[in-house]
Amino acid sequence: MNFPDNLKYTKDHEWIRVDENIGTIGITDYAQKELGDIVFVELPKAGDHVTAKESFGTVESVKAVSEIYSPVDGEVVAANPKVQASPELLNADPHGDAWLIRVRLADRSDIEGLMTAEDYEAYISQEKAH
Amino acid sequence: MENRIRHARTHITRNEDLIFERTSPGKSGVELPPLDVPSVPADQLLGSDFHRDEVEGFPEVSELEVIRHFTRLSTWNYGVDTGLYPLGSCTMKYNPRVNEVVARLDGLATDHPYAPEALAQGCLRVLHETARCLAEITGMDAVSLQPAAGAQGELTGILMIRACLAERGNPRKYILIPDSAHGTNPASATISGYEVRNIKSNAQGCVDLAELDRALTEDVAGLMLTNPNTLGIFEAKIAEICELVHSRGGLVYMDGANMNALVGVARPADFGVDVMHLNLHKTFTTPHGGGGPGSGPVAVKRFLEPYLPLPVVEKTADGTYRLDSSRPKSIGRVRAFCGNFGMAVRALAYILANGYEGLRQTTEDAVLNANYVMTRLKDLYDLPYDQPCMHECVFSDRRQAARGVRTMDIAKRLIDYGFHPYTTAFPLIVSGALMIEPTESAGKTELDEFIEAMRAIAEEIEEDPQFVLKAPYSTRVSRLDEATAARKPILRWKP
Amino acid sequence: MRYLPNSPAERAAMLEATGHRSIEELFNQIPDNLKLRGPLNLPGPLSEPEILEFFRQAASQSSRDYVSLLGAGAYTHYRPVAVDALISRGEFFTAYTPYQAELAQGTLQAMFEFQTLITQLTGMEVSNASLYDGSTATTEAVLMALRITGREKVVVARTLHPEYREVLATYVRHQNVEVAEIPCAPSGQADLSKLEAALTRETAAVVIQSPNFFGALEPIRQVAELAHQQGALLIVSIAEPLSLGIIQPPRDADIVCGEAQSFGVPVAFGGPYVGFLACREKLVRQMPGRLVGQTSDSAARRGFVLTLATREQHIRREKATSNICTNQSLCALAATIYLCLLGKKGLKALAEQNLAKAHYAAEQLRAVPGVATPFSAPFFNEFVVKVPGEAEGLLAALRDEKIIGGLNLARFYPELKNHLLVCVTETVSRAAIDRMREVYRRIQTQSNSSGSAAEIPSASVARN
Repeated sequence: MNFPDNLKYTKDHEWIRVDENIGTIGITDYAQKELGDIVFVELPKAGDHVTAKESFGTVESVKAVSEIYSPVDGEVVAANPKVQASPELLNADPHGDAWLIRVRLADRSDIEGLMTAEDYEAYISQEKAH
Repeated sequence: MENRIRHARTHITRNEDLIFERTSPGKSGVELPPLDVPSVPADQLLGSDFHRDEVEGFPEVSELEVIRHFTRLSTWNYGVDTGLYPLGSCTMKYNPRVNEVVARLDGLATDHPYAPEALAQGCLRVLHETARCLAEITGMDAVSLQPAAGAQGELTGILMIRACLAERGNPRKYILIPDSAHGTNPASATISGYEVRNIKSNAQGCVDLAELDRALTEDVAGLMLTNPNTLGIFEAKIAEICELVHSRGGLVYMDGANMNALVGVARPADFGVDVMHLNLHKTFTTPHGGGGPGSGPVAVKRFLEPYLPLPVVEKTADGTYRLDSSRPKSIGRVRAFCGNFGMAVRALAYILANGYEGLRQTTEDAVLNANYVMTRLKDLYDLPYDQPCMHECVFSDRRQAARGVRTMDIAKRLIDYGFHPYTTAFPLIVSGALMIEPTESAGKTELDEFIEAMRAIAEEIEEDPQFVLKAPYSTRVSRLDEATAARKPILRWKP
Repeated sequence: MRYLPNSPAERAAMLEATGHRSIEELFNQIPDNLKLRGPLNLPGPLSEPEILEFFRQAASQSSRDYVSLLGAGAYTHYRPVAVDALISRGEFFTAYTPYQAELAQGTLQAMFEFQTLITQLTGMEVSNASLYDGSTATTEAVLMALRITGREKVVVARTLHPEYREVLATYVRHQNVEVAEIPCAPSGQADLSKLEAALTRETAAVVIQSPNFFGALEPIRQVAELAHQQGALLIVSIAEPLSLGIIQPPRDADIVCGEAQSFGVPVAFGGPYVGFLACREKLVRQMPGRLVGQTSDSAARRGFVLTLATREQHIRREKATSNICTNQSLCALAATIYLCLLGKKGLKALAEQNLAKAHYAAEQLRAVPGVATPFSAPFFNEFVVKVPGEAEGLLAALRDEKIIGGLNLARFYPELKNHLLVCVTETVSRAAIDRMREVYRRIQTQSNSSGSAAEIPSASVARN
């Protein structure tokens, strides 16, 4: 499994990468593996507002639906049209091409409480032990 | 072994086209009697805005082609008539043929729902007698046959709870539902305008009284409970549970999906349940039909009777039957006309065939069969709640999962042994559940064959898990690509 | 007990294997005080001939020897014998919902064909695999429109089946939804000016039936324009889909739903029937009910599966699009077989026969002095008659002639006193229509001579 160092992670298995005040958000490699074949992604539109720890969309596999929670507060500046057209991208490249939304952060300090790649990897191995 | 038989790809009965692809213009499977009134110019009568010349793409085939087409399709199905169908929580039992005959009698199948009551006494009597029998079986005071299926029965019952509490002054906000419940429970509660609060099961798979006690705030309208629950375990504390809910001003709804474990042995009314539904297509042998029609009668205690959905069948003082549609406190109509009448006919035929003794023997056999399967498989399959079960038993795929084989894979391999799979991955509180409900319709010989098959699969998984992962091998199609079906849905034929 | 396969010896052997000493012990988890004491008061056990006798007796107390002119959402059509022959195959009727696709390709392919037939009939792009009945399908269509638009108001034509309106009211009562009713115009159609006035930017959907409850065809294109101007969806409900064999489908609608009982399903005192719901492709993820999709297996053979299941209750639970679990698979199968038998030619010919019979009957009745067909809109196989004298008296006189003369509309529309809804399908003979006309004539003559049937003022149909 892949845990890129340049990303921050949530307990709900989302990642965020921040450049200036724009955050790019997606789901983790672990999350896509757990879900299996992803068949549908529902995302907000540009201009919509997202709130930290609240759901902003869903990812569906054949037999499961998973809410996606925003790591931060902010305004959506883009939703990834590629992943909406080809949800299978999420299985192939969850940390890259298959990002979900870009958000203009309301408060950069939101990301301070998030996990590093190392923390997240430890968190996953703990989860799996259960 | 793979190449010993070469599959004939053109095998006609296994490669039946869609009916649209068998079409050739000018054919029809019916001929109408000559018209005995003057024909009318449809285009003029209706005008060009309304008149349609033909339905494009519609099939054009002869009667024989229709017969062959659907006969061939039918052979790709597996039914209770084919063999053991141990689908947990679905109660796939024998559907007696006489039920089908009586439901099709002229006078029962042909009466119009708006026929004058004087000319519909036979149909009304069947409805009334079925309701009376179901009231007797559940111990409840009144029964409505209106709901079209179990899920609509749930909705009806929760709407009645709401109407009753509203009249007492406050409909309240929440319905409590154990985490082991069927998915229809929370969905039905939501449509009734309630928010759902899930309550966790205890280590025995039952409702945790302390947890229930904490969850029962004054905002809670009621509890929806399946008993026996979806683990096949009887909620032994059901009387205490009902008392506790009542003491906080709430009502208890029982999902009667698992009544096949109780008929003739115990009655939900005696537990303290206020309202419940039955599934005629589970407990009372009306056929599942490949996914319906069902029927979900609702049974209530006396104090809820004023809220029953419309219309209500009544027996008048002179012994005739009528439909009462003027009940001011009723929750209203949940479905047009008189419910799934044809299902009531079949259920009544089943009750008549059995009588009390037959129904009780049926329940005993259903429970004995489930315990027999459980006993004979628990050395090879993990049994998370190891205790005697009622009408179904639930294993986990824990041991097989260690070899990379999950419940669905075992189910698919079971097909190759000639059995319909059990229910997979439900209830959700058991990881990788194998939910087995043999029903009373399986004899010992067949159960032994099933048990041997399950044991053989467990061995196969030890020896060659990869082999099991690709099953089934014996069906017309192998595993189907569900991901592509969902990503790029093709939901109709196009020329 | 003839349905149970175990012998006493087999039961004993199985019990021994479980380690229990008695059957009673198996029920030990049920506390003693909750166990049933004594037998239930139930009839039976009965042998097969006794069961047949019981139901034959019930069936004799029926209207089976009568000619019926009742429609109103349940239509008597001839059912080709092949329908029952095929749906009686155990592989079809004793199977469960096709969750295990490899063992259910028969049901799945037939449902895929059903979906296709419904889209062809309705002019929509996708159809589900059926719902309970027309009333709940119409209600589910409204719930779907509420989800799609996020609005909370619905405008419903009073010409929609009264029981469909009642079911809708039951379902939305606790959802903060406002339902407005549009009265009927003198033509027998929904009043479009009232409709226009009732529509706002808050309207989620307009619900209209065509042919409507009075049998009249509604001007769907105009209704669609009015609805769409306000961003509302148009839901067209169809209770007599045989009409689609000869009448343009509501292509301008967003959702087309209704009742397919006409297609090979007996009237059976109201059920089981088979609801359908079809819509535009872009709305498919908000659809309720089962959907069958085409896919392929590992050897690239065509096969079918239940798909887009994440909309449904067993996965999404309280967030599902509907609480529906079953469809009406076997009735949908009957409809599929029926439509395949009729085919393109047969469907059209049958629809033409219904049209001709109903128009012949309307003409015959209209020719009786004092009888009127008050609505001017085009109709298919059902129409409204204003009768001479009291409707109940006429219906009783018709019953003496073994005719059930239609539905007394006063039951649902107090403003339509002494109006009957008359349905004439291909099963009603010309002789029966003529006999009915003679009863009308006799009643008219009698009421004239007694002087009691002075011209009844035409009831105002428009009522809000």
